[in-house]
Amino acid sequence: MAINTNIEETSPELERLKKLYADKGFVVTSINNLINWARTGSLHWMTFGLACCAVEMMHVGTPRYDVERFGAAPRASPRHADVLIVAGTLTNKMASALRKAYDQMPEPRYVISMGSCANGGGYYHYSYSVVRGCDRIIPVDVYVPGCPPTAEGLLYGLLQLQKKIRREGNIKR
Amino acid sequence: MSEQIEMAKAAIEKNCRLNDIDVNLGQLQLSVDPANLIQVIDFVKNDPSCEFKQITDIAGVDFPENEKRFEVIYHFLSFGFNLRLRVKTQISESESLPSITSIFPAANWFEREAFDMYGITFTDHPDLRRILTDYGFEGYPLRKDFPLTGNVEIRYDEIDKKIVHEPVKLQQDFRNFDIQSPWEGTKYLDKEAKESE
Repeated sequence: MAINTNIEETSPELERLKKLYADKGFVVTSINNLINWARTGSLHWMTFGLACCAVEMMHVGTPRYDVERFGAAPRASPRHADVLIVAGTLTNKMASALRKAYDQMPEPRYVISMGSCANGGGYYHYSYSVVRGCDRIIPVDVYVPGCPPTAEGLLYGLLQLQKKIRREGNIKR
Repeated sequence: MSEQIEMAKAAIEKNCRLNDIDVNLGQLQLSVDPANLIQVIDFVKNDPSCEFKQITDIAGVDFPENEKRFEVIYHFLSFGFNLRLRVKTQISESESLPSITSIFPAANWFEREAFDMYGITFTDHPDLRRILTDYGFEGYPLRKDFPLTGNVEIRYDEIDKKIVHEPVKLQQDFRNFDIQSPWEGTKYLDKEAKESE
């Protein structure tokens, strides 16, 4: 079982419990660790493919890169999703739809901004119809650079997000 | 194929009022007045020696220095004879063109796009409204006098809980780079090239 066992609080009581139950079919851990394990292990992403980045986002789900081994699967509805991947150019006309999708996601929710266009407008930065970065519309957790980023790049971004969730390490909102 | 072009050209010349007719790179090109547009397009669609049954695109061009500012170019394809045709017409900003949706229903969205991008109006169009730009967009982005970055930009307002439009404020102005070479010093290369000649 892939439980994170880096427990910060090394109380003697916990150590005693661990020893007591170690070979009796139980695993002892703190509730924070359990929650982190659950959160990082089921980062179902909302497919918000807007442009060519969406193709790399598809690659990351296919067997070659196989993001599902980290417990993440694509969801078609924002109400099922934990993480929103903004993959591509966000136009002014699309911005309100993006915000609507984000508002429907249940807490805790995370956002990965994928590619130059989503990060800061990229190639279309000076365009009259493109939002200069999707962080003008929704708060972003991880920025993945590239035009488009490789599937490995996005995978790395997802792992960075897991790291970030672990670092927060509690159930406070 | 050239035979078919000649046949189509002869038929069009005989039956249409044109300003100009030309064959360029194996493709027919006509220039017509807006008043004759409907008649010409109806003819090239239905004439048995033309059969331009498909409209490929309607393009607009803005020439701000011209009195008739906009040029509208209709592109057609003939399946029967494997021919392509362009019909060009010019209008000023205050004029409007007749809609060809009665002849080619597919022209509906092309005309909407021309209206959206250039502000060219089409009379008798069933539903002439913007097609691509944002809801409530102001201005015509492909006109030469429209600024590249537009006039408004958007962001989400955390207090009002909605997307707001604000005047454009750029952190860094748009810059035009000399893309001849990625290195500075193209000038001396040009100079050397001249000297060697």
